[in-house]
Amino acid sequence: MPGLGARLGRGGATTAENDLGNADCIVIMGSNMAENHPVCFRYVMKARERGATIIHVDPRFSRTSALADRFVRIRPGSDIVFLNGLIRYAIENETYFKEYVQAYTNATTLINPEFQDVEDLDGVFSGLIPEEGRYDNSSWQYQGQTEPPSPPMHEQLSSMSYAQRVGNLEGKWPPPSDPTMQDPNCVFQILRRHVSRYTPELVEELCGVPQEEFLAVAEAISRNSGRERTTAWCYAVGWTQHTTGPQIIGACALLQLLMGNIGRPGGGIMALRGHASIQGSTDIPTLYDLLPGYLAMPNTFDKHETLHDYIETETPKTGWWHNLPRYMVSLLKAYYGENANPENDFCYDLLPKLSGDYSTFPLFLAARAGAVKGLFLMGQNPAVGNVDAGFMREALAHLDWLVVRDLFEIESATFWRDSPEVKSGRLKTADIKTEVFLMPAAVAPEKDGTSTNTQRLIQWHDRTVEPPGDATGEPWFIYHLGRRLREMYAGEDTPQARQLQSLDWDYPLDERGEPVVEEILKEINGYTVADRKQLPGYAAARDDGSTACGCWIYSGVYPEEGKNLARSRVSDEQYSLGWGFAWPSNRRILYNRASADPEGRPWSERKKLIWWDEAEGKWTGHDTPDFPVDKAPNVPVKEDAEGMDALSGADPFIMMSDGKGWLFTPSGLRDGPLPTHYEPLESPVENPLYAQKTNPVAKYWPRRGNRLARQQDPNFPYAITTYRLTEHHTAGGMSRWVPWLAELQPSFFAEISPRLAARVGVDNGDWVVISTPRNEIEARALVTERMHAHRVRGKEVETVGLPYHWGYSGLVKGDAANDLVSIVAEPNVSIEEAKAFTCNVRKGRLRREL
Amino acid sequence: MLSKKRSLGDIIRSHVGIVPERPLSPNTLRIQSRLEGAEVGVSVCPYCAVGCSQLVYHRDGTVLSIEGNYESFINGGTLCPKGAATYGLVVNPNRLTTVKYRAPGSDHWEDVSLDWAMERIAQLTKETRDRTFVHQTPDGKTVNRTTGIAHLGGATLDNEENYVIKKLFTAGLGMVYVENQARI
Amino acid sequence: MTETITLTPHSSSPTAKGFLTDTSLCIGCKACEVACKQWNQLPLDDLDWFGTSYDNTRKLGATTWRHVTFAEVPGAGGAGGQTNWLMMSDVCKHCQHAGCLEACPTGAIIRTEFNTVVIQQDVCNGCGYCVPACPYGVVDLNVEGSAADGKAHKCTLCYDRLSDGLEPACAKACPTDSIIFGDVIELQERAERRVDDLRDKGLPAYLYGNEEAGAGGGIGNLGAQFILLDDSARYNLPAHPSLPQDRTFGAVAAMAATALALTAATAWAFKKS
Repeated sequence: MPGLGARLGRGGATTAENDLGNADCIVIMGSNMAENHPVCFRYVMKARERGATIIHVDPRFSRTSALADRFVRIRPGSDIVFLNGLIRYAIENETYFKEYVQAYTNATTLINPEFQDVEDLDGVFSGLIPEEGRYDNSSWQYQGQTEPPSPPMHEQLSSMSYAQRVGNLEGKWPPPSDPTMQDPNCVFQILRRHVSRYTPELVEELCGVPQEEFLAVAEAISRNSGRERTTAWCYAVGWTQHTTGPQIIGACALLQLLMGNIGRPGGGIMALRGHASIQGSTDIPTLYDLLPGYLAMPNTFDKHETLHDYIETETPKTGWWHNLPRYMVSLLKAYYGENANPENDFCYDLLPKLSGDYSTFPLFLAARAGAVKGLFLMGQNPAVGNVDAGFMREALAHLDWLVVRDLFEIESATFWRDSPEVKSGRLKTADIKTEVFLMPAAVAPEKDGTSTNTQRLIQWHDRTVEPPGDATGEPWFIYHLGRRLREMYAGEDTPQARQLQSLDWDYPLDERGEPVVEEILKEINGYTVADRKQLPGYAAARDDGSTACGCWIYSGVYPEEGKNLARSRVSDEQYSLGWGFAWPSNRRILYNRASADPEGRPWSERKKLIWWDEAEGKWTGHDTPDFPVDKAPNVPVKEDAEGMDALSGADPFIMMSDGKGWLFTPSGLRDGPLPTHYEPLESPVENPLYAQKTNPVAKYWPRRGNRLARQQDPNFPYAITTYRLTEHHTAGGMSRWVPWLAELQPSFFAEISPRLAARVGVDNGDWVVISTPRNEIEARALVTERMHAHRVRGKEVETVGLPYHWGYSGLVKGDAANDLVSIVAEPNVSIEEAKAFTCNVRKGRLRREL
Repeated sequence: MLSKKRSLGDIIRSHVGIVPERPLSPNTLRIQSRLEGAEVGVSVCPYCAVGCSQLVYHRDGTVLSIEGNYESFINGGTLCPKGAATYGLVVNPNRLTTVKYRAPGSDHWEDVSLDWAMERIAQLTKETRDRTFVHQTPDGKTVNRTTGIAHLGGATLDNEENYVIKKLFTAGLGMVYVENQARI
Repeated sequence: MTETITLTPHSSSPTAKGFLTDTSLCIGCKACEVACKQWNQLPLDDLDWFGTSYDNTRKLGATTWRHVTFAEVPGAGGAGGQTNWLMMSDVCKHCQHAGCLEACPTGAIIRTEFNTVVIQQDVCNGCGYCVPACPYGVVDLNVEGSAADGKAHKCTLCYDRLSDGLEPACAKACPTDSIIFGDVIELQERAERRVDDLRDKGLPAYLYGNEEAGAGGGIGNLGAQFILLDDSARYNLPAHPSLPQDRTFGAVAAMAATALALTAATAWAFKKS
């Protein structure tokens, strides 16, 4: 989540779910919260009952809109216009929180005078290397920075570690600034110029939002920000899944910094995540480019050859990330145990190194090409859940072998028999050589373990009942697969045998022969090697091999023997610090140092959270301070210091190299230091702002079948967006087989406006065929006034809405909306563009059976 | 007002054949919730990321009911429809209970033993890994990786599961294609 | 790590219990429908799609005891001046004058110590007299599907849970507290306060199911009441529900009047003679 990480320092929601109840205004945008996170929405309702203003900005009138005080209908793909409009409003009307901005953001910092904005270069920032499809960001740097704050970027890799994102300031410390924010090269002035064109008129023209509605939102936010009041924002993948996704999220972070709403009660940004442990699966990543705790996977492009090289390259000179060597060495000790020692670089060499982009789309492209031969699929259903799902199925059919571990007979396991391609005869079962294993998995009440929720809260669940038949949890599968492989490699002297045999794979087994899951959590928390004592927290991690720690940001979850804080269950009326454990260090509101003024006093009594207790000489309050607890507010920046000494007692964003919230991101985002409006790669509307219409560094994988519609392609005249419903979960793998859910939304449907229905010639309930250059699918038409055209640049733009829950298996079946979506990705994290593309609609059915 | 005696008007408005005191049936006299004496475990909802706390009531290894946990500051006893359907996810006749195997080119599943499947999967993994493992690139950089085997999934799994997946697959086997839904 | 639970049964003098369903808080999530089915172990009804907004449940029935209604009201001053989407979780009203109870010839339908109306399954013979007697279309015979037993079924207000001092499943699950369970008297007060609050905010809120509040249509107070924001018909609730005997009463009264008149006339005639 670099959208948040590159401006604030950490890739997680900044706030706690229950803290939404303290907001004076809540803006939900890029999220259909009432439908997809109903239980979190109860805190929105609580805030509303206390008098808060609830605003929903979305292309569709959904169940969230029905409960909001104000619904603003926005054209899909125009979010940055709206957000930049709000930023401009705050600056021009001086409603931003000036003291906060001056003290806590990089608004005052001077930028390299070489920097040129999109306004100067007709839609691109300075440094674009068009033939490589990437930016050289050296002109985006702070003045006096002799080296770019991040290592050179590689188009092949899709993302960066957080250590890279937060910058590595090498020049004279502290960087030059203008506290009056008047210097034309200071961030504030650059920002002011950048957003100046996003007027209410432009918002109306591009978003299809009447000016008075936009202004009402701008006024509500202004009225509800400042010392006494706070506004919170909630978003979900409605923002993420665009070729400008992290920039949209970053625009929100920028706005919230400007309004002084980060780190304060009732403020912040709630990232609403869709799977039980999706936050956990990036913290302890099953992602190719990250190691646990947002350390970068070593690669062959950066200077990563030895551990020393890696640490030199990756460790920022200033800020909290200066501690990186401790976390990396402790991770290697957790991975390779006693085999890792200073003499052999702690087995650093054994970690595989990346030489390219191994994210999901390249994975399937490689599978289709026969380069990836075997695939383990554990709790994911790409045959209907990934974009361009037809291609995903084709790729599955080209694997040598496939292991699917799931609860039900999902589409990804039965593509060889049931897929539309087999049904239509395009693929023949007999020709599909994939050897498939479908293994029964276990679900939460059947296994011990923790998941990390949307507010970074780690909670334990008990193994209460036994899984049915041969079903097992993943620890059993992974442990025994590893054990069998180690036996197979026994006595072999090859590099691959050495890699595997060096792994520390001794886990105590329970009476069922399963690894004791709590022991894995203890390893994640970390321990001292000599006496195997649990680490009390990551501050105790060392870089000399004396500690092992599986994921430094989780350290503290199991701080001493017998004390599993993920299992603690004490709620209270404040922040429930006794319920579970929120990383890092059980902090519930991130950057909460910013809840107090530079002198350490709460900005207001009404919005107090933590404050400096002069008598005690420490930070105290209702939450765990997200700051060195004994660092006084008046501690100055030490000149040319390293680590935390380079930050003052009034720098709340401790993960950033300069301790500031970044309005302008000299590094950390591959597609520009400021959010700017680009149309989706497929759009019914022309971008009038610049010659450059779309994100110049968006990723596209050309191959047969992955065709894109042209901009304003008359054959695909409608905007289209995909989403979820309350009654189902993602691609349906956990809901279409559950009778009580299947009956609630039994059929795939397309939501269209009465006007579009009339144009297509269908009535409510009729079948329609929806087509894109990739594929076509059929759905029932749900004709509703909740859908409505947008008036954009003088023309009416209709939007088609598709819930994406169905597939060709389960109690209820239907076409997969994902069959329509292209394989394109934004440049920072390789996220697809499923929330705004184009399609056509016609009356009728496709002649095939499901 | 609800316990007040019925007025004459009420009686006139009532059915002529009203039974003054209806006898209680044997089942009604015994009425009790099925949770009495049950055991309870604490779980977390497996669907979205809100993290609702669930109570799993069970007796003799059988789940009786899965409900919200009143004590949680997040959900305070409540659940959404998916959370409320967790019982239907866990206790579900459509659940897989055996390992199903499809041979190359075959048009049907066969049930196989867990042990056989594990051995076969380990063999395939070793064979593919040995065939595709790269120790050093031609320019002499040590990379210790295989691009022949991939992993996908993790956003629905536990932290401990993701931890051992990454540890074995990446640090132990050199797999670089390790991905999950957080990307897509 | 599990613990055994001991439940505390309700006190020996239980009070009248009921539901208050506040539609101004309903997000239409259907948690109540599922929680009800989960607790009462009710099977699915069908897998048909109806295109009626997001409502594929469509009615209360033998195996559906909570039903969320969806009404899309065009141009009715909803957020942004566009469509307004009304959602409400419907349920058995546990009427003070329960048509079903009064129509039941076997004594299967009883009024419990909680003043709720419950069908005793071990007594019901499936005659079905209760079905047309309900002015809300709540009671239904279970004659279809694998669970068909031919008997009448409806919400029990979780009689089994109440007996153990537990909250009914639907009200417990409701994420936004649109469904509140409690003592009818307290709910009544709460409802009145809530209606006042909503009216202060300019919403056309009113209470349905309470004769004193002017809604409910003359069949007495309902054990399950609703705070509505629009015409009750939009929520599939009749503005003037009536019991069959009320409809009969008119005819009986007319007959009685005729008889009386005849008697009087005869008497008069006799007297005259």
